[in-house]
Amino acid sequence: MTDIYLDNNATTKVDPAVVDVMIPYFLEQYGNPSSIHKFADGVARGLKHARQQVQALIGCEHDSEIIFTSCGTESNSTAILSAIKAQPNKKEIITTTVEHPAILSLCDYLEKDGYTIHRMPVDKAGRLNLNAYKNLLSDEVAIVSVMWANNETGTIFPVAEMAALANAAGVMFHTDAVQAVGKIPMMLQDTKIDMLSLSGHKLHAPKGIGVLYLRRGTRYRPLLRGGHQERGRRAGTENSASIVGLGKACELALEYIEYENTKVKAMRDRLERGITGQIPHCFVTGDLYNRLPNTSDIAFEYIEGESILMLLNKAGIAASSGSACTSGSLEPSHVMRAMDIPYTAAHGTIRFSFSRYNTMAEVDEVLKVMPGIVANLRKLSPYWDGDAPVADPEKAFAPTYA
Amino acid sequence: MWDYSDKVKEHFFNPKNAGAVVDANATGEVGSISCGDALRLTLKVDDDSEVILEAGFQTFGCGSAIASSSVLTEIIKGMTLDEALKVTNQDIADQLEGLPPEKMHCSVMGREALQAAIANYRGEEWKDDHEEGALICKCFAIDAVMIEEMVWANKLRTVEDVTNFTKAGGGCASCHEDIEAILEKVLTEKGEKFDPNAALVEQPAKVAAVKAPLTNLQRIKKIEQVLESLRPALMADGGDAELVEVIGNTAYVNMTGACNGCQMAAMTIAGIQQRLMEVMGEFIKVVPAAEMSKLVNIEAIS
Repeated sequence: MTDIYLDNNATTKVDPAVVDVMIPYFLEQYGNPSSIHKFADGVARGLKHARQQVQALIGCEHDSEIIFTSCGTESNSTAILSAIKAQPNKKEIITTTVEHPAILSLCDYLEKDGYTIHRMPVDKAGRLNLNAYKNLLSDEVAIVSVMWANNETGTIFPVAEMAALANAAGVMFHTDAVQAVGKIPMMLQDTKIDMLSLSGHKLHAPKGIGVLYLRRGTRYRPLLRGGHQERGRRAGTENSASIVGLGKACELALEYIEYENTKVKAMRDRLERGITGQIPHCFVTGDLYNRLPNTSDIAFEYIEGESILMLLNKAGIAASSGSACTSGSLEPSHVMRAMDIPYTAAHGTIRFSFSRYNTMAEVDEVLKVMPGIVANLRKLSPYWDGDAPVADPEKAFAPTYA
Repeated sequence: MWDYSDKVKEHFFNPKNAGAVVDANATGEVGSISCGDALRLTLKVDDDSEVILEAGFQTFGCGSAIASSSVLTEIIKGMTLDEALKVTNQDIADQLEGLPPEKMHCSVMGREALQAAIANYRGEEWKDDHEEGALICKCFAIDAVMIEEMVWANKLRTVEDVTNFTKAGGGCASCHEDIEAILEKVLTEKGEKFDPNAALVEQPAKVAAVKAPLTNLQRIKKIEQVLESLRPALMADGGDAELVEVIGNTAYVNMTGACNGCQMAAMTIAGIQQRLMEVMGEFIKVVPAAEMSKLVNIEAIS
């Protein structure tokens, strides 16, 4: 069997149809879209078409609300820095403890500059408390930034409802929707979301292209100033080939959105049921009833994630983990810690994330090897004895550094 | 993914001496479950000779933690306890043909488990001097705790001070923002203000004494020694390196075999240079011998 890619929340394969539409922009229509000659005369049209394709996927009112950027991180930084620059008197930001580092690191940095950051906690299923959120909204808040769906667990936050609450309180609302766009249907024009970030490479477009959706009328200050590109809202020569590619990828994502929520979801569910049915002492993390259709994050107790990944990799299966070791940090994933998952499980979380390129046969292959991998590592674990955990594992083996 | 050596993979995929030793008479438990690495080492020690007859490990941890545990048990089997006490974490890392800097703590954990087990056998209490913070300088594997302590102990004020005292930040320099953050934090706690242009703190005299300049002959001999010690690793990859000339602080090295023209040659040269600087305590530049002719030509022209 060929290698199995179940790490689509990290990044995706570029759809061959996307590559096809990009190639002419490298070889023929490579002119600068600002130029007046035949090497460029199709580019502006290509960009316009791509803008409309993105518009259709996220359901915004105007195509001019789409600003092309270099990636999701740039979109996130632009959104937050714009909000605080445009409202210099507001010194608070509301976000959550489980955001992507693209938001959390920026907030940590702004905190040093004197901003008050409200990081909303989540419960054990990764859900927010909306009453607590309402109490945080005030005239002091420059922006709320809450992810649409969590990259590790796939848990979906009620961003439309939260945006409406923010809007009623006169507060700007941004959502990092990098994981959600293309996986769940959305119609931004029916919401009060002011800004939204998306990233091309999460939906079968290339890396290095992103979008900031900016609702018409939202007060805005560019991050990059210079030329007139993107109507002066994001200077820098357009990455025309990638923009056209992203447009095509969005068109395809819209076509496949039902497939994503039926067939892809069925693969995810089969894998999840198979694993939790066959392997003792493992559990699915996040909000099981309100998740992306493609994501399953499973904690395997008493073993460590990087070891699991290395054995999976040997079996030709690609996934990712929330363990400390895979990132080189000293703590397991902040998302697992925020959900109060015990260390003995948090380090053993494996995220399987599907795409429309996966098949049921691949699911069966993973189900074939997974029980053996877990059993082998548990044989090495000080928390495991025979075919069960030792009695009271966290007390039986608890070395600590003095 | 980490760039693990084949040896690490070998020990991870086929660990030796996994599981607890039956009738063990020494046990060492170290690690921290919050960090995701913890190890129990069990030994069977011959009471008369103090020779380690059997060693077994149980490890909760990543690939390199399991590999370090496995190789540790192989190293110490057959050693006396006194011999085993001399095993360093570097020995463990060397046996594994190196570990990424972020993973060196796995070898430290192995050595600590061994010391704890021996203390347990001898009825002593083992005390670790383990302190570990977030890794700041990836070039020299220096963590936040170490930097913070040095800043406190030596009243350091600038990034350059920190580099002089700990080496942190002396490589690629991308951690300077993090070092500044530590300086700001400590200085604020001391009621001082961080000033990037503050005067340098003088290094202690003994460091200065060590830094007495080498004579050219001493330098060449020393460079040769270091290079000699690195050759086995290069030869294992089918390559080799030979010292051609030393001019001032520049060493001209001829890369041969698989090293010659290898994409990794630049990295290998950087590695040799780093090692030389560590051992000699002065700036050494390593340049491929091929570059020497250019230099000579330029000199001839000018």
